[in-house]
Amino acid sequence: MSVVRVDLEAPENRAKAIRREADEPRSQLVKFGPDKPLRLDAGVDLSPFQIAYMTYGELNARKSNAILVCHALSGDQYVASEHPVTKKPGWGETLIGPGKPIDTNRYFVICSNVLGGCMGTTGPASRDPKTGEPYGLSLPVVTIRDMVRAQAMLLDHLGINTLLCVTGGSMGGMQALQWAVSYPERAFAVLPLATAARHSAQNIAFHEVGRQAVMADPEWRNGRYLVEGRNPSRGLAVARMAAHITYLSDAALHRKFGRQLQDRQALTFGFDADFQVESYLRHQGSSFVDRFDANSYLYITRAMDYFDLAGEHGGVLANAFKGTRSRFCVVSFTSDWLFPTSDARQIVHALNASGASVSFAEIETDKGHDAFLLDEPELFAITRGFLESAARSRGL
Amino acid sequence: MLTRTEPLTPKERRVDHVLVADMVKNGARVLDVGCGDGELLNLLAETRGVDGRGIEISQAGVNRCVAKGLAVIQGDADIDLANYPDDAFDYVILSQTLQATRRPRYVLEQMLRIGRHAVVSFPNFGHWKIRLKLLFRGRMPVTDNLPESWYETPNIHFCTIRDFVELAREIDVKMERAVALNARGWPVRWLAPWWLWNLFGQQAVFLLSRKK
Repeated sequence: MSVVRVDLEAPENRAKAIRREADEPRSQLVKFGPDKPLRLDAGVDLSPFQIAYMTYGELNARKSNAILVCHALSGDQYVASEHPVTKKPGWGETLIGPGKPIDTNRYFVICSNVLGGCMGTTGPASRDPKTGEPYGLSLPVVTIRDMVRAQAMLLDHLGINTLLCVTGGSMGGMQALQWAVSYPERAFAVLPLATAARHSAQNIAFHEVGRQAVMADPEWRNGRYLVEGRNPSRGLAVARMAAHITYLSDAALHRKFGRQLQDRQALTFGFDADFQVESYLRHQGSSFVDRFDANSYLYITRAMDYFDLAGEHGGVLANAFKGTRSRFCVVSFTSDWLFPTSDARQIVHALNASGASVSFAEIETDKGHDAFLLDEPELFAITRGFLESAARSRGL
Repeated sequence: MLTRTEPLTPKERRVDHVLVADMVKNGARVLDVGCGDGELLNLLAETRGVDGRGIEISQAGVNRCVAKGLAVIQGDADIDLANYPDDAFDYVILSQTLQATRRPRYVLEQMLRIGRHAVVSFPNFGHWKIRLKLLFRGRMPVTDNLPESWYETPNIHFCTIRDFVELAREIDVKMERAVALNARGWPVRWLAPWWLWNLFGQQAVFLLSRKK
């Protein structure tokens, strides 16, 4: 792959760089041709399509040390390495790396960009080979199950039959649970963090606010902004700002910002960002649009909204896990109000009812939903212990 | 109906744990309710090769268990046993926890619904030392075994060995084995009526099973 040397500080260059990633990612890439279509829940085949992924560590000879890490809504495959556009460290580097709880000296870690994403796996920003233009809204709506189907095809490509563990937080946790249901014999251990077996009405409502913000931006152009050379960055930034609030707790926001003013001594009696928390949110919004595609945001939030594991099994979640031989460790965080502990308990009760081996820990923290991405020693100890015991059972 | 076991206590292990382990068959499916740091589950896995699960109310305990690789969930015996299906386990163990539950009778019934056998160990409030303290001092006894004062103890439903036997009769379960341990941690060995056990047993371990 050619090395791109551009001034990434310039917004137009960043926009170009992120556009390029959608079709020609700097990570590893596998293309599935017409002989290997992806059958979507929407009832159509997606073909051809591609998956962008990163791997860390070495796959052992028995191919028994693979861990699939599934990313969340705004994540990507760069879990333990620098993001090619923002140059920021990987989103999971606290947890994953040499000597870390998910130890890449010992395990082979795979992380792929989700279906519908914008970092190289086929999504609305990818070029539709039939038209030569980005898909935009002509891409069928995808589901969490579709994402997992695509990941299973990636594993087939890598020659890996059984994962030692599949893990992820938030939407990544949904994928991990879906793995346990769709491919129970391929997931030896399942470690879902800060997640739920179905998206709640409140969470669907928050997502709808985000989507409406994107679609209300005149630059969105009914989803054709890429073709028309526009960018609904205001709408996407507002969506991200609203969502970001849901990732934090009241206590964490207060500790970080309180009512402190931003670079000023007094209120301005205007609508500029008087408060630090406003300035922080505006920054979160504007830095997000630099690296994310607005239509991808619509598709991925929709996939989460549609997620309902019990729904596929007559409304009884325990039936989804019937006969499972995987071992589970479910983790929630006390101050997470987006995926509260009650959601985790629902999963645990269903797993108990189906006789599965399950651990469950609720971790005390005031960091809110985002705690699964942060430096949480309790989470590290649990992850390490759970993987250790799985590895022992698999003779690693 | 009752058999009494010889002591078999490696010094580093808690004698009541060893007694509980002695009542569990090899390779059984076991749920330890109130499993603390997972000490008993570890012992059962090592000496009995059980498929063990645990419920523990404290976060710290759960986290330590999971970090050891044990399958333990955070939960409350009074609430969460209801979520398990019938016959999910061969043995459900309640080790030194019965007296801390809000509804001991309900918990015992749930244990024998989800497990074919129940193993229950508890401190005996009928022990002579406790009786003497109450008799002569007129205050709630505080002992080495039960060191908390009445206002801070998690133990809200103390019972004596005879109370427990009575409860077992009331809910109509079979008592397969019973062992009382004296203050030195040795089984009360001689064949004796319940009232003597109740006087000299500092703690008791019962193996119960459903009648049908």
